[in-house]
This record gives sequence, C-alpha cells and structure tokens, in this order.
Amino acid sequence: MSRQILYLAIPLLCLFAAIISGLLGPRIGRVNAHRAAIGGVGLAFILSSIVAIDVYFGNTFNGTVYTWATSGDVRFEVGFLIDPLSAVMMVVVTFVSLMVHIYTIGYMAEDPGYTRFFGYIALFTFAMLMLVMSNNFLQLFFGWEGVGLVSYLLIGFWYERESAIRANLKAFLVNRVGDFGFLLGIGAVLALFGSLDYATVFAAAPSSEGLSLVDPFGNEWHWITVICLLLFVGAMGKSAQVPLHVWLPDSMEGPTPISALIHAATMVTAGIFLIARMSPLFELSRTALSVVLIIGALTALLMALVALVQTDIKRVVAYSTLSQLGYMTVALGASAYSVAIFHLATHAFFKALLFLAAGSVIIAMHHEQDMRRMGGLRKSMPITYLTCVIGSLALAGVPPFAGFFSKDAIIEAVHLSTTPGAGFAYVAVLVGVVLTAFYSFRLVFMTFHGVPRMDEQTRSHLHESPRVVTVPLILLAIPSVIAGALLVEPALTGTLFGSSVVTPEGSVGHGPAGALAMLAHAPFSAPLWLALAGILVAWLFYCARPEWPGWVAKRLRVVVWVLEHKFGFDELYQRVFADGSRALGETLWRWGDRRLIDGLMVNGTAAVVVRASVLFRRVQSGLVYHYAFAMIIGLVGLMSWLLFR
Amino acid sequence: MIPLSHYLVVGALLFAISVVGIFLNRKNLVIILMAIELLLLAANMNFVAFSHYLGDLSGQVFVFFILTVAAAEAAIGLAILIVLFRTRRSINVQDLDRLRG
Repeated sequence: MSRQILYLAIPLLCLFAAIISGLLGPRIGRVNAHRAAIGGVGLAFILSSIVAIDVYFGNTFNGTVYTWATSGDVRFEVGFLIDPLSAVMMVVVTFVSLMVHIYTIGYMAEDPGYTRFFGYIALFTFAMLMLVMSNNFLQLFFGWEGVGLVSYLLIGFWYERESAIRANLKAFLVNRVGDFGFLLGIGAVLALFGSLDYATVFAAAPSSEGLSLVDPFGNEWHWITVICLLLFVGAMGKSAQVPLHVWLPDSMEGPTPISALIHAATMVTAGIFLIARMSPLFELSRTALSVVLIIGALTALLMALVALVQTDIKRVVAYSTLSQLGYMTVALGASAYSVAIFHLATHAFFKALLFLAAGSVIIAMHHEQDMRRMGGLRKSMPITYLTCVIGSLALAGVPPFAGFFSKDAIIEAVHLSTTPGAGFAYVAVLVGVVLTAFYSFRLVFMTFHGVPRMDEQTRSHLHESPRVVTVPLILLAIPSVIAGALLVEPALTGTLFGSSVVTPEGSVGHGPAGALAMLAHAPFSAPLWLALAGILVAWLFYCARPEWPGWVAKRLRVVVWVLEHKFGFDELYQRVFADGSRALGETLWRWGDRRLIDGLMVNGTAAVVVRASVLFRRVQSGLVYHYAFAMIIGLVGLMSWLLFR
Repeated sequence: MIPLSHYLVVGALLFAISVVGIFLNRKNLVIILMAIELLLLAANMNFVAFSHYLGDLSGQVFVFFILTVAAAEAAIGLAILIVLFRTRRSINVQDLDRLRG
C-alpha cells in the first residue's frame, strides 16, 4: 500500500508542479514558479530513483489504483506497472527533465513566457510518466496524447512567429496520422482480447495466433500482425520514423530546452518504449518485425545522410536524433528489445547534452543558429566545448563513452538477426556509423574550431554561459561517459530488464560480455574504425583543408541537391497531402457546399416555392362569383360522393 | 291534395335560380344579395313542406328563425354595400377583385 502511494506521488508531484507554476505563475512570480516546478520534478526524480532501486531488488508491481469506468466486461482503469523497463524509463525521464528545468532558468531568463514554460515542461513530465508507468492501453494512450499536446504547445511556444505556428501544426498533423494507426491498434486489441490490460493481452496473445482476417484483395493477415503493424504506425509517428519523420526537424522552432527534453531525449522515444513494452506481441509476428527493421534501417541511413548538409546547429542534432531513433528501431526489429532500451537510455543523456550544449552556443551567439557564422568558440566557452565533445564522442560511438556500448550492441544484434531484411539493415547501420561520426564532428569543428566567422560585435561579447546552464551540461556529461559501461553487462545478459521485455534466444549476441571485454574487443571490430574514419574525414574537411567541402559539393552537385531537399519528403507531402487536401476541400466546398447544400437544397427549396406560387396565384382571381362557383362545385362533388359511393 | 314532391320541386327550382343568380351575374352586387335571400327561401320552402308532411311544427319554427336571420343579414349586407359603394364608387361585381393573387 505504501508503495502504491509512492508510485502515485511520482506523476502527481509533476502535475501539481505544472498547475502551480503554470496557472498560478503570474501571481506567485517567476522565482516561485521555477522553484515549484523544479521542486516537484526533483522530488519525482528522487522517488523514481528509490523505486528503481526497489525494483532492482525484485519488488515489481502491477495493479489498478483507480477504475474510471466499467462498460460491460471492459474496464477502463488507471493502473501502474512498475518493472525494470518502466523503472529505467522513469529515471531517465525525470533526470533529463530535471536537468532541463534547471537549464531553462538560464536559457529562458529574459522570456516573457517564463512561468508558462515551466508549467508546460512539468506537465510534459507528468504525461510522460503516466505513459511509461501505465499497465493498460488506455492510460498509455492518455499519456501518449498528453505528451503530443505538450509537444504541440511547446513547438509553438513563441506563438508570434509564423514559422513556429507552421511547425507545431505540422507536428500535430503528422502525429495525428500515427495516432490514428495507434488508436486502431488499441481498438483491434480490445476487439480481439476483450481487455486493455497488458498482462491479460500478453497472456492471451500466443493462443490467438491462428486467428486471421482477409483483406479486400484476398490476402490473409494474422490478427497479431495487423495489431503490431497498427501499433507500429503509432510508434512511427511519435518516434519520427520514415516516412512520418518530417515533423521532428521542424519542431526545432521551439525553445532549445524543449528540443533537448521532448524532441530528443524522452518523448520521441515513446514509440521505442511502446514496441519494447509490446515485445510479447511483436515476437509473434515475423512480418511486423521485418517491417520495423526495414523502416528503422531506412530512417537510420537516410536521416544521417541529410544531417551531413545541414548548417543550422540545432537541425544537425535533430537529424542525428532521427538517425539514432532509427538505430533503436532497428534493434527492436532484430528482437533485441533490451538493447534498444539500452541505447534509448544512453542516447537520452548524450543527446540532451548535445542539445543543451547547442543551446548554450546559441545563447552566446545571441540566438544565431547558423554554423557557418560560428567557429573558434572553444576558447571563450571551454565548458560547453568539452561537454559537447563528450556528447559527440558518445554519439559517434567511440569507446569508452556511453554510445559505443549501446551502438555496438545494436550492430551485433542486427548482425545476428534472422529477421527478413537484416542484411540490408546491417549495411545501413554500418554506413550510419561513419556518417554519424562525420556529422557530429563536423558540428564540433565548425562551431568550436577554425577561424571565427561571426561579426565583430558578437565576437567581443562572447562568454561562457551562466552556471544554471553549465551545471546541467556537466551533470549530463557524467552519464554520457559512464552509463554505457555501467549498464552494458546487465542490459545484454538480460538481468537489467528481467522479464519485462522478451529476449529471444540468440537475439542479443554472446560475443564479449562485460564492459572491459567489449573495450578490449573494440580494436578488432569494424564500428570503431568506421567511427574514427568519420571523425578523421570531418577533421580533414573542416579543420585541415577547409576548401575541400566546397570542392566536393561542386563535384557531387546532384547528391547535395537531393540531400538539401531532404529526399523531397517535405515537397512531396506539401504537393500531395497539403495541396491535395486543400484542393479536395475546395472542390467539396464548391460542389458540395455551394452547389448541393446552398444551391440545390436551401435556395432550391425557396425557388420551388416561388415557381409553384406563380402558378397557383392565377387561381386567386379575387372575384366572388368564382369562389362561389368553386364552393358549389365542391358541394356537389361532396354530396355525390356521399350519395353514390 | 298536392303531393310533397311538388313542393320539393319548387324549392329546388328556387335554389337553382338563386345559385345561377349568384355566379352568372356579373353586373350588380344587389342581385347577389337578392339571390341569397332566394336561397334562404328555398330552404324555408323545404322546411314548411316537410313540417306539414310529417306533422311536426318544429320545422315551421325554424322558418321563423331563418326569416329573422335573413332580415338582419339583408340589413347588414345592404349597409356593407353602401360603404363599399362609397369607397369604390362601384357595385359592379367584376370590379370587386381586390383579393386577386
């Protein structure tokens, strides 16, 4: 019972923090608003750590705390499932959220929407915790939509900017496509199993393997495959997988702390978490796993390519997020769910770090985000520089940083995988390693090395960011270095996640177990050398031979053009879906609204009355003897009917 | 003894004359009033005939009422006619078509 109160307190603290700082913010003042938000989220982080330790000693929990509604045999409940998977997510979410809260004090110091911002991020933390702690699909959906809503609000936080409004609308609409699939998936689960509870559904799933439905083209689909694919559509929307990835780069219109918290570290990983949570279902469908694998590999490869040509510092990091989300999805497709969550956790730390470092640069540059106007910042911003290099090394997968372990585990898992499409995915992730190393060090070299390219006034004001900004950077740099080495052994041997995710035999790999063994093995495996090659090329291009990039771009003009247009996804969606639906709406308005409803039905009725009355008014001669005659005729008719009927 | 049917035939004739008077007349509104009186008389004729035939006096009592009502109606009708003539300067039936649609 006392545990239940503890679990309940974690999300509710964040909710109260959101209410106090968001609604009462203008009344209690800025300082009290951020105190309330940071206090609530900080306490939630401490409690989450306690819960995580408690779970580590085997105290898991699965139960209902509140029944919202009962309809027939279906119960809609609020419940918690506290197991290693949700404990890891809770700690990651609350930790990154706390860091971002502290960082925001410095980043948003001059913003008029200060208290509103704290209200939103605390609310986001509440929704995300509800999502990861849920033990049923309904609450999962609640958290899912909650984080989507806060994401929408925060992308459009600077609502006077037109580009921000466009970006948040785009994010909302693209997510709607994913959410529609997700909702259909939940509906299919309810229809097939009659319950929304995870445990019930997972227990019933293996016996429903024979059930199938036939589509209009006569193909037979297993119900489990259909459910998995629909749920994956939802995950594609939230975790920005090709082809629903287009909203994530645009979401960088929001303030940088939000890019770090929501659009890099936590919310976008909800889709990865969802599939890991649904691993007992996905294990039953090879088709779905294959789709997951191929989509993930495509995302990892294509988005890494696009990242090569971006010049906006935040967009480079955004595309690297997309690419890394692709890596996680690949791991899911290879049935290595624990590895995917492992990468999710390490990625959350170093990607939040990279975003906050980018934000620190942006503060120093007076909100200039174009890397072509930076350069040489390492002297004036040593802390930001060091932490950014740590983040980039972790992202590139250089040992012994966190990213090395998780990414190596993914590559190993894909190598071992027998899911259809694994060969392609293996090539994609290996090429991705080179590209990742190249674009992340391109960012470092363009921003912090070389000659300064900013104007004189900005250069004279360059200085390191205040402590509220650098402390979160340092605190995030620590797990970016050590989280991988600490977690790699329990994550790979399955002791970390226990039975909360399915770990099929042979999916994770039996290579070198343990952090030290992996480090010793690293010089003899391809990924390390690929990463180092990427870093070397970046150094050559942007430090040693700055004239090379222009020369290469001139030779490969077509490739650069394609990459700068991001493979044309945006243009395609603009032409087909945005313009198409506008044209459809125009046609429906013209023919349906104006012709059919206005023209035929409303005005048509009136016109019929007018024409009929023109005809009938001739009867009204106004002469008394005509009326009398009509009366007589009527009388005669009536009487003859009475007499002769 | 004159049989009942003769009286009824007379009543029907009176009725027919009055109806024809109402809607074949295109000229004078006074003729319409007279035709209405004739109509009532046709009804009275039937009342009296049946009253005598059936030996029931209540038919003849009705006739008195109808005559009274007819007198009052003639007075009102003529009054309306005078007002009409004052406003329209005509009692020609064909001119009175203000209700025309």
